[in-house]
Amino acid sequence: MNLFNTIRVGLKEVWTHKFRSVLTMLGIILGVASLVGMAAVIKGMENGMKEAMIAMGGADKVLLQEEDVPSHQQHLADQAPGRTMVDVEALRRSAPLLRVVSPEMRVSGVVATRGEKMVMPSELCGVWPAVIDMNLHTLAHGRFFTELDEENAHAVCVIGTGIRDELFGAPEDIGREIIPIGELLNLNGQPFTIVGMFARYESEQEKKMRELARSKPPEARAGPPRRRGFGRGNWAFWHKNYTMYIPLNTAWIRFRAASGVDNIPDPRLSDIDLKVESIERVEVALQQARNVLMMTHRGIEDFSFRTQENNLESINKQIRNARLSGGFIAAISLLVGGIGIVNIMLASINERIREIGICKAVGASGLAIFTQILIESVVIALLGAALGVGASYGLVAILALISPSANAPLITPLAMAIAVAFSALVGVSAGLFPAWKAARLNPIQALRNE
Amino acid sequence: MALVELRNVSKIYQLGGEEIRALDDVSFDIDEGEFISIIGPSGSGKSTLMHILGCLDSPSRGTIQLDGMMIQDVSARELAAIRNRKIGFVFQFFNLLPKLNVVQNVELPMIYSGVSAGERRRRAMAALESVDLANRSRHRPSQLSGGQQQRVAVARALVNNPRIIFADEPTGNLDSHTGEAILGLFRRLSVEGRTIVLVTHDPEIAAVTPRRIEIRDGRIAEKIDLTLAGLNRTAPTVPQRPADGGTGVTQ
Repeated sequence: MNLFNTIRVGLKEVWTHKFRSVLTMLGIILGVASLVGMAAVIKGMENGMKEAMIAMGGADKVLLQEEDVPSHQQHLADQAPGRTMVDVEALRRSAPLLRVVSPEMRVSGVVATRGEKMVMPSELCGVWPAVIDMNLHTLAHGRFFTELDEENAHAVCVIGTGIRDELFGAPEDIGREIIPIGELLNLNGQPFTIVGMFARYESEQEKKMRELARSKPPEARAGPPRRRGFGRGNWAFWHKNYTMYIPLNTAWIRFRAASGVDNIPDPRLSDIDLKVESIERVEVALQQARNVLMMTHRGIEDFSFRTQENNLESINKQIRNARLSGGFIAAISLLVGGIGIVNIMLASINERIREIGICKAVGASGLAIFTQILIESVVIALLGAALGVGASYGLVAILALISPSANAPLITPLAMAIAVAFSALVGVSAGLFPAWKAARLNPIQALRNE
Repeated sequence: MALVELRNVSKIYQLGGEEIRALDDVSFDIDEGEFISIIGPSGSGKSTLMHILGCLDSPSRGTIQLDGMMIQDVSARELAAIRNRKIGFVFQFFNLLPKLNVVQNVELPMIYSGVSAGERRRRAMAALESVDLANRSRHRPSQLSGGQQQRVAVARALVNNPRIIFADEPTGNLDSHTGEAILGLFRRLSVEGRTIVLVTHDPEIAAVTPRRIEIRDGRIAEKIDLTLAGLNRTAPTVPQRPADGGTGVTQ
């Protein structure tokens, strides 16, 4: 009894009872579709998270964070210096394992205006040019700050495309791209010259969709252009596009020096970001940085390092959990499909008792009958799996419509392979009992069966 | 040595604590090329006897030898192989598979003996030829008359060139005219050298065979052997089967 023939007979059996077979397969179809769909959603999530992480500065970025002093140094808390330019200079000179040290002085509560239009930048920071390397910025137009800008605290700024969109108009709305280099804008009433603009940051998905939209003619729209919120799309990209940088000294002199408690300006930086020479030696580099900072902080440990490794770990953990629970649900659904197959195979052999008797009388061994029924069950399961894979494309297309574009689900071949393999397994296990039952039918009684 | 040797075969069923002897100490031989009928009223045990002879069932006691093989102590798998290669069945209700067409039905035994597809088709067509149904090979069993269906069943029984053919009431479901034709077919096969065992309750049908064994209450009630008496009406000469085994479907 060759395999090919058995499969052919199995297919014929499925074809004879089309409706019944499809109903039976439905369990497997849904199971496979949900497994592949689930995996696609999780993959989309993973992609979104990883892209966002890179948008926030990449894996080798280390944040130097301010901490409460440890309890054994509680009596020194008043003398804790916080993160200042002293630290930055010391790190630059004495910690050669650090590649980049980027101080940031954030200025909060600033509104950027130009004529009638206004925008709140996601962050307004006084920075050094090191920030470009640190936060993986791409300067698309103009220039970044020079030493003269820093030295003389020039009123210049570099903006993200989001700021441009709000103040000058987005290319999607006005049909051409405005590059506002040399234009003026006001920060809390102080005029600043725009000297540079970053590239537009977006996920691969958004980019594709935007390019697609560009090839289509713009839709007719009534009324003023609507403000684009940040509900859809990735928060990390939104944040990066609405960034605005000014020279560190400018931030200090124009926004910090005249403020603070009792008119004593606060010299502390809001962030010091570090990048290590090589990601393999991150431990050593951080130890070095720690030693330097312990000197400048006079032994008061009011800081800590936060590496992206922790971030990556938490992303991976989330993905793993999502996968586990998604896989579990899909597995249950496949299991239910398997029970459906058992049911239908039992019904099928019951109505074919006489046929099985005939086959046995003409010399079919128990094994031949067993194989026949088993293969029929596997054929149903695999047909279901094939249809399920087809259905999963539809499912993913629907999911793509309702999920945020940055996390668009992505079908992976691995998930498909797993789903199909699991269906085959379900088919085999579902066929075992009916096949065993059919194989041990007594031919005489089977032939008498009407 | 006879083709089939039955020695003290009994078949005992337990039914609600009661012992029922379907067969009780039956012994006889069937020689190669014989045309024999097993006759008896319903419930006499003739079907049980045929099932045991046909390797569908095994006896509770006694021994059976088929073609030099003791078959009471072989596995179910080997029994299936013996049924496949050495035995052909023709049933009262034809027992064709409704989903397969005529030629596929005839091919069925060869599928289980692992004959290649081309060879299967060739031999199945030859077998259909020998029962004059080659022109119906693509029909479904349901599109054929009862007599035609039974001829397909005969072709299926012949196709693996078995040593012995069992026909269980082969005319029981046919009108008398068609029944005659089927009996004529068996007679012709017998003349060609086939060993045929006809199981029936009808003495008139049994009368076509030279040798008859009557079963009553599980025992052999009567043995009639016209060949011994020199009164063979049906098969005056029994030619030997071709030595090479042949396809068995020679015209």
